[in-house]
Amino acid sequence: MTDLWTIAIRNLLRYRRRTLLTGSLIALGVVFVIVFGASASAFKGMMIGQMTDSVLAHIQVHRRGYVASLENLPLTLTLDAGQVAAVERALEQTSGVEAWSGRLKFAGMFSNYAETTGIRVNGVDPVREFATVPLLPSRILKGEARLDRGGILVPELIAAGMNVKVGDTVVLIATNKDGSVNAGQYVVLGLLESVTGPGGRDAYIHLDDAIELLRLEQQEVSEIAIRLERFGDLDRVARDLNAALGSGGPKGGGKKGGSPFEVHTWEALSPFYNVAMMVDLLTMSIRVALIAIVLISVMNVMLMAVFERVKEIGTIAAMGTLPGRIMSMFVLEGFSLGLFGAAAGVVLGVAVISGLRLARPTFDFGRQTGLVLSPSVNIGEILLVTGIVVAVAVVASFQPAFKAARLEPVDALRHT
Amino acid sequence: MSLPSTPAPLIVGERVTRIYRKAEVEVHALRGVDFTIPPASFVSFIGPSGSGKTTLLNLVGALDKPTSGRLEVGGVDIGTLDRRQAAVFRGRHIGFIFQDFNLLPILTVFENVEYPLRLVHPTPAAERRERAMALLDAVGMADQRDKYPDEISGGQKQRVAVARALVTQPKVVLADEPTANLDHETAGLVMKTMWRMTDQFGTTFVFSTHDPKVVREADIIYQLEDGRLVDGPRQGSMPS
Repeated sequence: MTDLWTIAIRNLLRYRRRTLLTGSLIALGVVFVIVFGASASAFKGMMIGQMTDSVLAHIQVHRRGYVASLENLPLTLTLDAGQVAAVERALEQTSGVEAWSGRLKFAGMFSNYAETTGIRVNGVDPVREFATVPLLPSRILKGEARLDRGGILVPELIAAGMNVKVGDTVVLIATNKDGSVNAGQYVVLGLLESVTGPGGRDAYIHLDDAIELLRLEQQEVSEIAIRLERFGDLDRVARDLNAALGSGGPKGGGKKGGSPFEVHTWEALSPFYNVAMMVDLLTMSIRVALIAIVLISVMNVMLMAVFERVKEIGTIAAMGTLPGRIMSMFVLEGFSLGLFGAAAGVVLGVAVISGLRLARPTFDFGRQTGLVLSPSVNIGEILLVTGIVVAVAVVASFQPAFKAARLEPVDALRHT
Repeated sequence: MSLPSTPAPLIVGERVTRIYRKAEVEVHALRGVDFTIPPASFVSFIGPSGSGKTTLLNLVGALDKPTSGRLEVGGVDIGTLDRRQAAVFRGRHIGFIFQDFNLLPILTVFENVEYPLRLVHPTPAAERRERAMALLDAVGMADQRDKYPDEISGGQKQRVAVARALVTQPKVVLADEPTANLDHETAGLVMKTMWRMTDQFGTTFVFSTHDPKVVREADIIYQLEDGRLVDGPRQGSMPS
């Protein structure tokens, strides 16, 4: 085997320029895949983090049918105190849950006494909510990162449109479950930065204030938002919760068993999931392009190698080298070329990613500006790309190697 | 597939015929040739270009199969060997010396001689080295062992090729125009080397050649014309 390696590597070195050019082409493809993959993954991770850590949380539990009517924020599909207690027990049994927060969501009217506009409001327990969506305090642009009773956090766009400032008193008007209307006065404690995605332009009041405004007789919530200790446990926790609540498949919405609950991961709740899927698809497309590059370039080089070395193949075959061994020589040559290109690409790719981390490029997403892209080297991705390149290089070498092994020595020796 | 110790003859050809078919055209390269070659002999096939010399050598070397007739080398019927068996047979029993030397350019002189012992007959390193160096010494190329083929002369290359052909200790070495690309003096040196090898190892050398010097050195001469044997066997001296 060592002898075959030696011969393969010497043959590659024999055509230095060609090997260098092909290796560089492969390396360039690998760099592109690694850097694009790392950047896309960083972008995706950051966007998902922004949405889940500032608004959505990782998983939400609702009353069955609530998500289908989400746009109406129905008060008839809330979780009552008993159901909240049942969810709480399920959460205690499920490992990997860091925090949870009940939210009472409703639509209302927002007035500054001079003008009135529509608004979506979340009634939350601030301690639980800040633990569940830890970026929420950082969205408070003006005012303090707190939510006391009698206070309201107003989305900045509504505040700007209605000319409302921190410390102003405003009125919320809401239609209750029974159809009656109630109103309450609140002091603006802070102005909230808008974020892209569902719930990114909602106001916040204290949960007790919401219950009082909506004249509920007991504590009810529209949803229970859940934060996980590790994002990677998303599917597992969703599965465990579904099992504990008897609520069907991992993305919720199961109809078996008559459970009153449905469990949704952020993926089912945010349209950004489709963007994330597109990013993954794009990354996959670039990998396919890399496969094409490696396949064509290695096959081309190996076909050239066979064509140029016909007489040598005839010589070694005449000496009694078995066809399988001749084939191995060429396959190993293709393998070495792929490995060389992949290794060079990985080194360059890691260097580019390190450079990007130092350069700290920024980008805007929706109304969020100055987000720093911080791609990181993913060992799994590097191993995958290297594996793909080497495997494709071997596959690309098979046909030329087979051709070399099948050459009739007597014909090959006549070749000039 | 080991060769028996055959006192005589080592190679037997009976009505050996080889016809190449290209498109609609049939080329009769050999037309029923009969010949025998005893072991440890120095045999020349002579004749003009296209007379069938190289075809005959290719058949004896199991690089090709006769279209009809019977060709036995050391008791093995060449016509019955499949592709893999033919490769194994060549590796064990046949050495080749080519007109263009055909040394592998990526290997040094030593590695070229050692090649059959590494990749055809895997042999322990110490024995491999000993045999390769003994042959390089015998052909006077031991001091050039680390040079690559493009760093040595034509005559030196052919001496290396002789060493490579003998390193597996084959019964038969086939040499196709071995002196065609060498000057007179170098050709003489290479021939002397091969004679010494015959004496030393009992190897049978079979040549195809135009070179009078090679013909003069031969024990047995066969003359071919248009695929037929027109003269021989006879003792060596260039026919007029």
